[in-house]
Amino acid sequence: MTETTLKTIFGRLGWESFPIHEPILFGTFIVVALLGVAIVGAVTWFRLWGYLWKEWFTSVDHKKIGIMYIILGIIMLLRGFADALMMRAQQAIAFGANEGYLPAHHYDQIFTAHGTIMIFFVAIPLVVGLINFVMPLQIGARDVAFPFLNNLSFWLTAAGAVLTMTSLFIGEFARTGWLSYAPLAELSYSPDTGVDYYLWSLQIAGVGTTLSAINMVATIIKMRAPGMTMMKLPVFCWTALCSNVLAIAIFPALTAAFFLLMLDRYVGTNFFTNELGGAPMMYWNMVWIWGHPEVYVLVLPAFGIYSEITSTFTGKRLFGYTSMVYATVVITILSYLVWLHHFFTMGAGPAVNSFFGIATMVISIPTGAKIFNWLFTMYRGDIRFELPMQWVVAFMLTFVVGGMTGVLLAIPPADFVLHNSLFLVAHFHNVIIGGVVFGLFAGIVYWFPKAFGFKLDPFWGKVAFWGWVVGYWVAWTPIYVVGLMGTARRIRHFDDPSFQPYFVIAAIGALIILVGILGFVMSIVMGFVKREELRDTTGDPWDGRTLEWSTSSPPPAYNFAFLPVVHDLDAWYDMKARGYERPEGDFRPIHMPKNTGTGVILAGLSLALGFGMVWYMWWLAALSFIGLLAVAIGHTFNLKRDTFIPAAEVAATERARQPLIVGA
Amino acid sequence: MTDHVTDAPGAAITWHHLDPDDHDHGGGATVLGFWIYLMSDALIFASLFAMFGVVSTSYAGGPVPRQIFDLPLVALNTALLLASSITFGQAMPHMEAGRIGPTRLWLAVTGLLGAAFVGIELYEFSHLIAEGAGPQRSAFLSAFFTLVGTHGAHVTVGLIWIATMLIQIGQHGLTGEMRRRVMCLSMFWHFLDIIWIGVFNFVYLYGVIR
Repeated sequence: MTETTLKTIFGRLGWESFPIHEPILFGTFIVVALLGVAIVGAVTWFRLWGYLWKEWFTSVDHKKIGIMYIILGIIMLLRGFADALMMRAQQAIAFGANEGYLPAHHYDQIFTAHGTIMIFFVAIPLVVGLINFVMPLQIGARDVAFPFLNNLSFWLTAAGAVLTMTSLFIGEFARTGWLSYAPLAELSYSPDTGVDYYLWSLQIAGVGTTLSAINMVATIIKMRAPGMTMMKLPVFCWTALCSNVLAIAIFPALTAAFFLLMLDRYVGTNFFTNELGGAPMMYWNMVWIWGHPEVYVLVLPAFGIYSEITSTFTGKRLFGYTSMVYATVVITILSYLVWLHHFFTMGAGPAVNSFFGIATMVISIPTGAKIFNWLFTMYRGDIRFELPMQWVVAFMLTFVVGGMTGVLLAIPPADFVLHNSLFLVAHFHNVIIGGVVFGLFAGIVYWFPKAFGFKLDPFWGKVAFWGWVVGYWVAWTPIYVVGLMGTARRIRHFDDPSFQPYFVIAAIGALIILVGILGFVMSIVMGFVKREELRDTTGDPWDGRTLEWSTSSPPPAYNFAFLPVVHDLDAWYDMKARGYERPEGDFRPIHMPKNTGTGVILAGLSLALGFGMVWYMWWLAALSFIGLLAVAIGHTFNLKRDTFIPAAEVAATERARQPLIVGA
Repeated sequence: MTDHVTDAPGAAITWHHLDPDDHDHGGGATVLGFWIYLMSDALIFASLFAMFGVVSTSYAGGPVPRQIFDLPLVALNTALLLASSITFGQAMPHMEAGRIGPTRLWLAVTGLLGAAFVGIELYEFSHLIAEGAGPQRSAFLSAFFTLVGTHGAHVTVGLIWIATMLIQIGQHGLTGEMRRRVMCLSMFWHFLDIIWIGVFNFVYLYGVIR
């Protein structure tokens, strides 16, 4: 075959694209390949493909989609954390004559992949997954507004994650930092496949996230149970609403920025180049108009989780519900007005920097109000320090410090000194680990029995808790210190040996966090092993207050045999207090959406489109694109999308579950 | 929704809602969801407008708007698109009244006007590129082609959607499902009209006068 034919078929993909010569990557590839073969083999051996396809992959059930999001997030957490360990190891040893074990080319990919994966494929899937699972149950709905779209959103996110992971073994990932700033990310400075992998992964996943956000907002506005006015909406749903409204408001800016950067790289336009009038700082503005609110997209639902848990485990109504709602809304609005604090050093002048600095500081007011609300809820409460509540307390102690260093960084003159230093890196890990990750763990521990019918193993849960909390402080306190002394971020090698002890301590901290992660995985494994002992037979294992605890654990496909009518903010608590009795007859047929494989197919085609574009295989890209259009349009011709669960089946399901549930 | 709640003092509390009709998989939710999608799309256009605003005078020694914009042609194009919104408006009362024939006819007319719009835009683009004023020439031209081209791509999607609806209305008649889809398409089409008014004023007219 001639060179041109090969180029037409494979684009720029060649033998040299496979990292056979890099022992670290090659070793990783062997391990991943073996694991993959083992998993595929096991699924085939146990004849699970049909089950997985019918019951999970094609499912439009919000509960199953939520669980799949969370599984995706946990798998990607392991990848992202492996990157973190590698960076910590490199920085702990690369002093003076020692160059460490990672070449710059590889190290730069690792810090980029770590940030990208942790935000887009860990934090977002975990948050979206929890919202997906919990929110419809809390508002007393049987599904989300657009069940098929929900399935499609998940698979698009998964396709983005797969494309990112592909870059590990075919070609390379971006070396540009997690937001791929222009002009560094332009073709002239980053000619390899890395930035293209980055852009296509995130565009595909971003479409999924935007569609999911639209879905959740429509669900909360349109599908609340009768009687549930907006001010009777559980706080978690309020934070989910604000978080998703915010996501809809910001993801378009990111999509547009990536789209323009793609045009620069593929078409040769001059949006963010250094030549012919390009404006690179416009890229920074657009990605941070997304980027800053994004942390609130993640942390607001975490705040909601803390609120639910605090109220449940203190046995009290949440203190200051109304102020909590308004604080959430105010944070949502303010978060859109602070993006420029990420580049005070751009030189926009004192007036602009003052505005954004002050706006940033003002956010701490509603956030502080929330902290006081949680404290006042606990005050004189009958506090049960079970695992979820422990996470809440650890969050409050950790997050407050991160919030204060944030206010410090919001002061432009201070930021000029600390910009791009490890102090900043320590700050955002402080708020994201202490705020978002702790909240996600709290939420997973709290709602796990609802999803699977048994609690997580408490001993390993405590190992996870102490590993994460102690590990966080050991890992990041020294980074705060060296950052304050001026160490820049993203450094592979240091000349000054006096910093080494700090980085060694940080690496030890990362290892303690590893214990926490292993403990978390073990708490799932041991929970499953001891599931009979940990079984939730009531549907209400924590003495909960909101509607998700009124149904069995796990809930039936239709969630509620009868839609509940809500009279109080703590609807389930109110039902229990007023002697609610579960109906035992008169069941009706229930209208439900049908499963469909279209979401999987569309996401698979998007993945092929992305891969074709990354490698300049134009035929593959063109075919996938045509396929996408054809399948999407074809799907609209299928009008038989719903089905009725017959009343007899509902009755049978409810009777089977009846002994599992204590009515009041 | 609150009228389902009977909370009168002394009366028994209603804990359950028994009407089977309440599970709403579409209807109001679809129109709301589509409206929210349009808002997010509007923000993509807002970003592109902002980008254009920042680099709208970054000519890099290349052509300036006055040299390359053919205002009579753009005026004709604008008239075509605005007219297509009127013809779409004609289809809607027929749809409400359940008259399949006139609904499809007005949709088809709308599609033809839209196709003419896209055709003229493609002609304009090819003409500019032939003159050496392609999207690579300067940041201004990059932003111009991207903003106008993204709008044109949306109109093209609208055309595919109109064609699909013509077929589906033929297959199923004006069922509730079909009406909902035409309603969403209608919002989409008028939305593109509004965006175009921004493009026409901000890009073409303002570009030529300064």
